[in-house]
Amino acid sequence: MNTIPLYDKRTGNKAGQSCCYPQAQTCCIQPDQKDKTMEMPSKQFNKKPSWISDIILTSAGQVPVVVSAWSRSDLLGRIRARIGSFRMHYSIPPGLYAIGKPDANSDVFVSANYKLSFDILRRELEGINGWILVLDTKSINVWCAAGKGTFGTDELVRQIAGTNLAGIVSHRRIIVPQLGAVGVKASEVKNRTGFSVLFGPVEAKDIREYIRLNYKASVKMRMADFSLMKRIELIPVELNPALKKYPFAAIIILLLFGLEPSGIIFRTSWIEGWPFLLLALAGIFTGAFATPVLLSVIPFRSFALKGTITGLIAGIPLVYFTSMFSNDSGMLKAAGIVFITVLSSYLALQFTGATTFTGISGVKKEIKFALPLFIAGLTASLIFIIIHKLNIWGVI
Amino acid sequence: MTYLRKVTTLNYNPQRCTGCGRCVEVCPRNVFEMRDKKAVITDKDRCLECGACALNCDFSAISVNASAGCAAAVIRGMLTGTEPVCGCGDNSGKVACC
Repeated sequence: MNTIPLYDKRTGNKAGQSCCYPQAQTCCIQPDQKDKTMEMPSKQFNKKPSWISDIILTSAGQVPVVVSAWSRSDLLGRIRARIGSFRMHYSIPPGLYAIGKPDANSDVFVSANYKLSFDILRRELEGINGWILVLDTKSINVWCAAGKGTFGTDELVRQIAGTNLAGIVSHRRIIVPQLGAVGVKASEVKNRTGFSVLFGPVEAKDIREYIRLNYKASVKMRMADFSLMKRIELIPVELNPALKKYPFAAIIILLLFGLEPSGIIFRTSWIEGWPFLLLALAGIFTGAFATPVLLSVIPFRSFALKGTITGLIAGIPLVYFTSMFSNDSGMLKAAGIVFITVLSSYLALQFTGATTFTGISGVKKEIKFALPLFIAGLTASLIFIIIHKLNIWGVI
Repeated sequence: MTYLRKVTTLNYNPQRCTGCGRCVEVCPRNVFEMRDKKAVITDKDRCLECGACALNCDFSAISVNASAGCAAAVIRGMLTGTEPVCGCGDNSGKVACC
């Protein structure tokens, strides 16, 4: 890393004066008036991360220069972020970054401070000289953060002012990822900062082509697709929480089947309970794995119905197979099939949260139908098991 | 892939349209198209109610009841009697919808 003199207050002030765009409202923040969160990212790292190669001095202070190539730790971070709650904390300091050797004419790309979003952007910007303006989205990706409003007009205006962008670039255009349009009102950004928002492509991989087409996104670039690879990458998001709850479900199943007039008998609980332990696992698999993977080929538009189909396809053979080695009771078979179907359908419905094409009205409609059916199904399943128990006990 | 038909709350008033093309630019589902300097809806059922078009329409020609289409959020909203709110990033770690 080059030895760079510390923040030059004199230069900073000079730049600060030049940022007073006539219409700006939140601009003209002097460096010493900035709140902590508005500090340049370069001041927020204790140790230089592998993705920062250098620090350059701009009229607005020190700006870290990022590399486009991913290191092993970036790749590992991506995997960890997909697997579990690590993603909630996978963030980088918001503010201005540089890539390549940007100057006053270079493009400004806006991103979220979810590190995976940022990583994908910098990887795709290889060979491009530009600025990256990272918004404070609380470690959430652009799409979700825009829906929540954290990737929004106010935050964008705040970062444009806080980083003194107007003093760093001479042009007045910023490229915002298209999915950010859910939270960013272009005309308001223009009024408040003077910067014109150009909505870029949905995917960072199309940025180079977008620039080549003179800042125009083709129809294909504007579409949020939901390809097989994307669905597979998002599977752990639904699968892991379900698997985490599995031990609790298993305990309830074993307690239920162990119930005898004389108390809870472990032997019975295992003999009659193990097929249901297997069914619960299979239901998680069909609902949170098979349904997302086969989403485009399973009939029906409703996710709950899709999950019902996969649940039945796996459930019916499985129930008949396990009954050969366990208790061959009709009541238990019925309970088993209903149980796996409800579980699969419920988990498939949960996957609506990960897609890019399910709207709230559709989800609400599905839930209105499905939730009472789920409750009825589980109740029916429980009643079948109770009837089976009473039958064995000789009560009925 | 398309989701349920005839459920979207998307509403478009062509009389207010000035033909700026913003809606075409921001829609991630290609619901709008420019024809004769006016926006037209090509396939309403493709709409996922993200709200980008309505937010960016400076002439109030578009309205939509925008929210994240996430079952976990809707169910939680029903249980707590509040509006469905996406739970990601609330540090609860319980709902992971993105």
